Amino acid sequence: MTEFIQQLLNGLSLGSIYALIALGYTMVYGILQLINFAHGEIYMLGAFTAYYLVFYFKLNFILALVLSMIITAGIGVVIEKLAYKPLRNSSRVSALLTALGVSMLLQNLGLKIFGGDPKAFPQLIPNKPIFIGDLIIFNQQIVIVVVAIILMVILEIIVHYTKIGKAMRAVAFDKDAAKLMGIDSNMVISFTFAIGSALAAAAGVLIGMRFNRIDPLMGMMPGIKAFVAAVLGGIGSIPGAVLGGLIMGISESLVVGYLSSTYRDAIAFALLIIILIIKPAGLLGKNIKEKV
Amino acid sequence: MEVYITQILIIIAINIILAVSLNLINGMTGQFSLGHAGFMAVGAYTSAVLAKTYGVNILLAILVGAAVAGVVGFIIGFPVLRLKGDYLAIVTLGFGEIIRVIILNMKITGGAKGLPGIPGGINLLISYTFAIATVIIIRNIMLSSEGRAFLSIREDEIAAEAMGVNITRYKVLAFIIGAFFAGIAGGVYAHFYQFLKPDSFNIFKTVDILLMVVLGGMGSITGSIIAAIILTIVPELLRGFSEYRMVVYSLTLIILMIARPDGILGKKEITDIISFKKRGA
Repeated sequence: MTEFIQQLLNGLSLGSIYALIALGYTMVYGILQLINFAHGEIYMLGAFTAYYLVFYFKLNFILALVLSMIITAGIGVVIEKLAYKPLRNSSRVSALLTALGVSMLLQNLGLKIFGGDPKAFPQLIPNKPIFIGDLIIFNQQIVIVVVAIILMVILEIIVHYTKIGKAMRAVAFDKDAAKLMGIDSNMVISFTFAIGSALAAAAGVLIGMRFNRIDPLMGMMPGIKAFVAAVLGGIGSIPGAVLGGLIMGISESLVVGYLSSTYRDAIAFALLIIILIIKPAGLLGKNIKEKV
Repeated sequence: MEVYITQILIIIAINIILAVSLNLINGMTGQFSLGHAGFMAVGAYTSAVLAKTYGVNILLAILVGAAVAGVVGFIIGFPVLRLKGDYLAIVTLGFGEIIRVIILNMKITGGAKGLPGIPGGINLLISYTFAIATVIIIRNIMLSSEGRAFLSIREDEIAAEAMGVNITRYKVLAFIIGAFFAGIAGGVYAHFYQFLKPDSFNIFKTVDILLMVVLGGMGSITGSIIAAIILTIVPELLRGFSEYRMVVYSLTLIILMIARPDGILGKKEITDIISFKKRGA
């Protein structure tokens, strides 16, 4: 039983990371119907931005996190303007492939600029184990969960209680109607990319700190898994992304703990397939009626 | 130098088989599949193990491997065809990854270390016989009533169903045929390189093939062939700038997608263009 709770707790902190990345996927998808495959690389850029900030300016955890989120948000907006905006009216497959191209580009630029060797991420918060009975919790795991919750609450407030949040929901609901009501959809889309990128950057900083190493290809697998999490919860749905992220993180921890770590990546997809076959729109997704 | 050119020509043949067969699923039937590398892996490993461990003739091994890939395509195709668009894409991507992880964990495939010592014997004649056969068969399928059913599903599923097209049957059929030919390509690949490792069949392999389909034009067999040739040769030409190769490659992809989102040929075939010219003259 202790073992089970231990894995559950490990899964919770991993799941918070997936949830943070999945939120970006789901928001962009909700507004543009675009699977932004480059989102995992944004997460990688967030980690590297923080790394260099700390390296050159010796910032503390909060400052490094916030600055990295702001800078990465800017990068996300630039990528959207350069690569995705020209394709707004073409087929979705071209947009999807462009996103894959951007993902490859960022990985290879990363390999070129940052170098291929993993870098040791500074321990901004010393890692201390906390013992509760037989359970071991690291204070960094608590930090991850707390930061994730704070960011999600902020997101919730932005989406539901601000003017720009209302505009985002309007564009997601019906882009043309929103435009007719005077909403600047380009601005809303940029803002969505900024928020999604900031959340992914935060996830990158947190995971860099937790596992102490970052490399230019680190975004690949978490990116795909966070995307699976977004689909699992019902793509386009914000609570769905959080739920999906937690399910992914916890099931992954359980598989590593009880089965074998080589099956870690397969289980994510197996879970996804089972849920999609039972509920084709994801757990919290809306079932859209076919139009004739 | 001659050996090098022969090698590239054989890789082109393999890529033509892959691109044309994925085009049947994605471009012509309109089912967005991202699991092609998985089918290719099934064909490659089945064929390799048959030839290496059981001493089966490689041509027979390739065909059996393709048949097994076709069966896997059927098993996968049946449950997932309830899903549409992006969801289908993600589930097929998931299946591709699961196939890779299973191969990674099997003993007979050599796991992560890979499978060396696969009997060789692929030459230009064999590879192009397979490539040309694939093109001719898929072309004939597209001209048959089955092909029209595929196209009708792409254009409008609901209308197709209303006209009495058995959607599930044709979707599964497209999946099986696509997987079969991906299996052929896998077999040729296995006996050409004589070494297999699970990582060669990850999502990036699928993306490579998908690129050929989209760049050539979804639904155009000629387009897929041209794109397969271009996308095999361009990385080779860039080998001189090996450090920036992938950067240039991905940039080219983005620019091409922005400049020509429908691919080189769109839905046209070379025969359309030629007959059009004749009429003009």
